[in-house]
Amino acid sequence: MNGDWAKTLRREWISALSLASLVLVWQAVAMLVGDTLILPSFLQVLVALEASWKTLIFQDLPISLLHFGLGMGAGVLLALPLGMGMGWSRHMDRLIDPMVEVIRPIPPLAWIPFAIVWFGLTHESAGFIVFVGAVFPILINTYVGFRSLPRVFVESAKVLGATSNRDLIRYVAFPYALPSIAGGVRIAMGISWMCLVAAEMFGVSTSGLGYRIWSYYYLHKMEYVLLYMIVLGLLGLFIDRAFRYVVEERMLKWRAGLTQ
Amino acid sequence: MVAQACTNMALLEIKGVSKSFLAEGKEMVTLSDVNLSIEEGEFVCFIGPSGCGKTTLLRIVAGLETPSSGSVMLEGRPITGPGPERGMVFQEYSLFPWRTVLDNIAFGPELKGEAKEERYRRARIYLKAIGLESFEQSYPHELSGGMKQRVAIARALVNHPKALIMDEPFGALDAQTRNIMQAELLRTWENKKKTVLFVTHSVDEAIYLGDRIVIMSARPGRIKEIIDINLPRPRNRTSPEVNQIRDRILQDLRSEIKV
Ligand SMILES: Nc1ncnc2c1ncn2[C@@H]1O[C@H](COP(=O)(O)OP(=O)(O)OP(=O)(O)O)[C@@H](O)[C@H]1O
Ligand SMILES: [Mg+2]
Repeated sequence: MNGDWAKTLRREWISALSLASLVLVWQAVAMLVGDTLILPSFLQVLVALEASWKTLIFQDLPISLLHFGLGMGAGVLLALPLGMGMGWSRHMDRLIDPMVEVIRPIPPLAWIPFAIVWFGLTHESAGFIVFVGAVFPILINTYVGFRSLPRVFVESAKVLGATSNRDLIRYVAFPYALPSIAGGVRIAMGISWMCLVAAEMFGVSTSGLGYRIWSYYYLHKMEYVLLYMIVLGLLGLFIDRAFRYVVEERMLKWRAGLTQ
Repeated sequence: MVAQACTNMALLEIKGVSKSFLAEGKEMVTLSDVNLSIEEGEFVCFIGPSGCGKTTLLRIVAGLETPSSGSVMLEGRPITGPGPERGMVFQEYSLFPWRTVLDNIAFGPELKGEAKEERYRRARIYLKAIGLESFEQSYPHELSGGMKQRVAIARALVNHPKALIMDEPFGALDAQTRNIMQAELLRTWENKKKTVLFVTHSVDEAIYLGDRIVIMSARPGRIKEIIDINLPRPRNRTSPEVNQIRDRILQDLRSEIKV
């Protein structure tokens, strides 16, 4: 047990050193600059954290996660069945693909005015922008996963007694496409995270991490802005890692031989 | 009564089967008027030049392809689509990579709604028969080529098929593994008295395995000759009789390729 710990520690040592030097350089440069407006120092950010952690953790964080969850949830709920349908049936592909291709290139943030008109300054409104960012990567990866299904798997399943489309999708196409779908969700989470901050900043919301960044900027409290930036970065990293851990290490063990 | 009527009827009846494909706007005849009846428990090997339609014929029997004309009957009933009563083993590896070995074998029973315990119990019997008990929880990518095909055979057999259709199942294996797999397959076949349709490119394999060898000719594919192999089993791979049959088949195939 102790040996394991020591090993991990040694392995993490260089990463820790790297981060420590970043903080040191940052602190030194900030002290040289000597202007909080231009570059707050590490210590100033720590003071800001000390002063605002309650709002951060109990108000802004849950609200942003709510927006994120709403959008991602709606995105998965729409994109998954749609991508599966388009990947499975040529007819559905021909019918829906043109719509997708026309709407997809519109940057998600361009929807902000309509989000406000349709939903007002609500959580749904911010969720909607997240949703627009999430839906296409999931849709496309689901589609691609279904389309690349080798014929031999479908035929094996048929010969083993899976004859209905429902069985073939449930037992063959979906599990086969799952890694691709998971990849799509991961990309979607990255894009949505950016959309979330922008949407909260530009008025689709009256709370949340992005909203707070913007209001601190108005007050020229740049050490708070930086604090929130760091929180957003760490949170994004954490969400991605957690997703990878849960999905790739547990659900997609069978991929090990195919990807490496 | 029905069973009585069936006794003097072949298990599988291929009647006047032809198949054409459209290739670049032109109709290409792949199979032309193939007639063959296969008795229950028979081991029939198919051999012929590449592209003569062996795979196509087996796919028609499996129900994965429909004949352009003619029909295939299993126990007097026409085949209209794929089904678990005709198991198929493909040349390419066809195990589901996202399922463990056990779950691959239990796939057919799972579709039928068999309870977890029951389907695993049955799958384990087959797993044991192929000697891979210790690979129960492995994924296909952790198996060698020979192991994969063993599992594929077990996965088909667990459904109790009336016929086992095999399209060059050992084609990708090395000679050593291939010999072992042939012997194993024969043991299974003798135990279960399954009807087997087996495509191969190897004359030796055909002679070692088959009760009958169907030699096909190319363009359009049709049955050229059917050779009965009445040698006792287990067969010696190099006995004079075997050599004689091999020469005859090779002669046949050579004349095919020249044409
Ligand atoms: N789906 C298809 N569409 C068009 N042509 C096809 C199709 N399937 C098979 N063919 C053609 O039918 C012919 C016979 O193919 P088949 O695969 O049955 O031959 P085979 O005897 O199994 O050959 P091999 O020994 O190389 O496996 C080939 O010329 C092939 O191109
Ligand atoms: Mg073939």
